[in-house]
Amino acid sequence: MLEVRNLHASVGGTEILKGLNLTMKPGEVHAIMGPNGAGKSTLAYVLAGRDGYDVTEGSISFCGQDLCKLNVDERAAAGVFLAFQYPLEIPGVPTMTFLRTAVNAQRKARGEKEMDAPSFLRLIREKSKMFKVEDKMLKRPLNVGFSGGEKKRMEVLQMAALEPKLAILDETDSGLDIDSLRIVAEGVNALRSPDHSALVITHYQRLLDYIVPDVVHVLADGRIVKSGDKTLALELEEHGYEAIATDAA
Amino acid sequence: MSQVDEKVEDLQDNAGDKYKYGFVTDIETEKAPKGLSRETVRFISAKKNEPEWMLEWRLEAFERWLQMEEPTWPKVTYPEIDFQDAYYYAAPKSNDDRPKSLDEVDPELLRTYEKLGIPLIEQQMLAGVAVDAVFDSVSVVTTFKERLAEDGVIFCPISEALQSHPELVRKYLGTVVPQSDNFYAALNSAVFSDGSCVYIPKGVRCPMELSTYFRINEAETGQFERTLIIAEEGAYCSYLEGCTAPQRDENQLHAAVVELVILKDAEIKYSTVQNWYPGNADGEGGIYNFVTKRADCRGDNAKVSWTQVETGSAVTWKYPSCILRGDNSVGEFYSIAITNNHQQADTGTKMIHLGKNTSSRIISKGISAGKSQSTYRGLVSAHKRAANARNYTQCDSLLIGDTCGAHTVPYIEVNNPSVMIEHEATTSKISEEQLFYTRQRGIDEEAAVALIVNGFCREVMQQLPMEFAVEAQKLVAISLEGSVG
Ligand SMILES: Nc1ncnc2c1ncn2[C@@H]1O[C@H](COP(=O)(O)OP(=O)(O)OP(=O)(O)O)[C@@H](O)[C@H]1O
Ligand SMILES: [Mg+2]
Repeated sequence: MLEVRNLHASVGGTEILKGLNLTMKPGEVHAIMGPNGAGKSTLAYVLAGRDGYDVTEGSISFCGQDLCKLNVDERAAAGVFLAFQYPLEIPGVPTMTFLRTAVNAQRKARGEKEMDAPSFLRLIREKSKMFKVEDKMLKRPLNVGFSGGEKKRMEVLQMAALEPKLAILDETDSGLDIDSLRIVAEGVNALRSPDHSALVITHYQRLLDYIVPDVVHVLADGRIVKSGDKTLALELEEHGYEAIATDAA
Repeated sequence: MSQVDEKVEDLQDNAGDKYKYGFVTDIETEKAPKGLSRETVRFISAKKNEPEWMLEWRLEAFERWLQMEEPTWPKVTYPEIDFQDAYYYAAPKSNDDRPKSLDEVDPELLRTYEKLGIPLIEQQMLAGVAVDAVFDSVSVVTTFKERLAEDGVIFCPISEALQSHPELVRKYLGTVVPQSDNFYAALNSAVFSDGSCVYIPKGVRCPMELSTYFRINEAETGQFERTLIIAEEGAYCSYLEGCTAPQRDENQLHAAVVELVILKDAEIKYSTVQNWYPGNADGEGGIYNFVTKRADCRGDNAKVSWTQVETGSAVTWKYPSCILRGDNSVGEFYSIAITNNHQQADTGTKMIHLGKNTSSRIISKGISAGKSQSTYRGLVSAHKRAANARNYTQCDSLLIGDTCGAHTVPYIEVNNPSVMIEHEATTSKISEEQLFYTRQRGIDEEAAVALIVNGFCREVMQQLPMEFAVEAQKLVAISLEGSVG
């Protein structure tokens, strides 16, 4: 489903990803852990196609397509979703309007019929119940004045509404209270299926108790330095990145 | 709303060619001889079979105009206008004896308005919206007149009002915007052709939205509309005007005057969706939109609200103003001005506080893209007598790209110590991060810009009558096409 080979990418002329390899099979959930500044968010941005994040070497193949040939919105329509580490505020645009525009833009790009208002409303009602998002919040401008946790829940609600083939969650668990953490994890698990994979970036093993990953990777200095099953996360929690890094070297 | 939605779809499908109203209607017209002279003024007045006093009033305005100079203070530049090189009157021949009913209207004209998304057949129209359709220099049809007459509401072309209610027109015409108010108002007073006249009697809440749709069709022809609205004590009406013109290489002049008279406890809500042809991407062609609009709150507790969505025209020069004469009267100005390519807009408002406890609110949203220039120019003045007057001004500019300009020029004159004036201004750019975030949800770049810009304008959009808000939002998107990437 996702095949990243020898990926080198730089930001503002500085190389951040230095030969990264990552293979995900359909339906798998992979976790990426790693020290601050290792390049986790950079990887997420490169996968999403952000301007200024230049791939200088290597390849990214997604469901048989060369992802590097698609622009940001085309990648989204192809099924790449990124839950931002720091979600942006969009003043004056009601959350509901934003969501509807996004859902229909993706459908249109895929040559599907746009969703009519009642069906869309039903979809959002169902999802917002799942993520305990109140109607009131859907009427407010997207993320404007939302608390940190509310923003994160809104990211996952967007994910659920868009049903991406690959959901990349960049530290979605940071700043969440215990209940929110469970709600978010349930949302990710609900989407989990042979057609829906997830790449979960996190600093905490705790999230992985709820979203049990098939594979755990350690990203350090722009490379995947170690991969393993879910026990790797426990190991990291116990010994820290230092040990792994020296291990790998 | 279903009709609106359909119309909107229509707009969207046509979004590819930027200005979808650029067609010309092939219709036989009668014109005044080219140029501007006393004879031109007499010709127009005679064409409309006006009373003698009206002709004299026009001639007086013309004399004044000859003494006046074109204003140079707006922050706009354009080649000198040759006022002798234009026609000041053009009317479809088929309109000679103004049709009494829709069946008598030239089908070609009906088709034109249908193409513009304004069906004039009453059954097909938006329920609850009466339309006066002005084509070049004349009104071709006004709908729902009888229904409105039941409530005593007069809604007709001003040329017709001069026949049917001459005393009403005589009493109010030029009392808000005097003949010699400014260069273009004087010109308009001399050669105005058509526009709407509305009268809402005492205590009546107008049962429908009133709207006038202005269309310039003839080449080398100026349009000089004149609109007069009177709300008697305790009356209310909501009025909307829309404007389009064919796509042409040469510039055309549109110099309108709008006068609103608002008596005690009355309210007028006046909305404009201005989409005159803006010229092409290289700045060739387009309408010069030089407009004087003013409301006079003559009685206590009178209220006026101007809402404008200005997306068209090559050059816009327009300051809808409020004279807050009555105590406790309220003036509001909500504006969205979008300029793209080589468009120039110098627009804003004047809030003249004369009465006690008067209050005004100005919300201006300027969006500039391409090589355009946008200026907010606003005056807030409070007279000695205007104790406790209040004004709140918020002026936000949004820049798209770095070849455009936005300017804010506020003027404040306060002559009473109890007056409170608040002014806030911001200038921002659409951030790369916001665009990335929006596009990451599958929304393409142009749609993302439109979405963010519409969010930026929301406060003003919300002031528009529901029927038109959706269309205005789509217009924002269309106006900004080609501004990114
Ligand atoms: N525009 C830029 N120019 C130069 N360096 C940058 C730029 N943006 C990010 N970096 C650097 O790239 C490195 C990787 O950043 P990234 O955000 O991917 O780390 P991360 O693994 O997500 O860290 P964290 O766990 O703190 O979120 C950091 O050292 C950061 O300072
Ligand atoms: Mg990060």
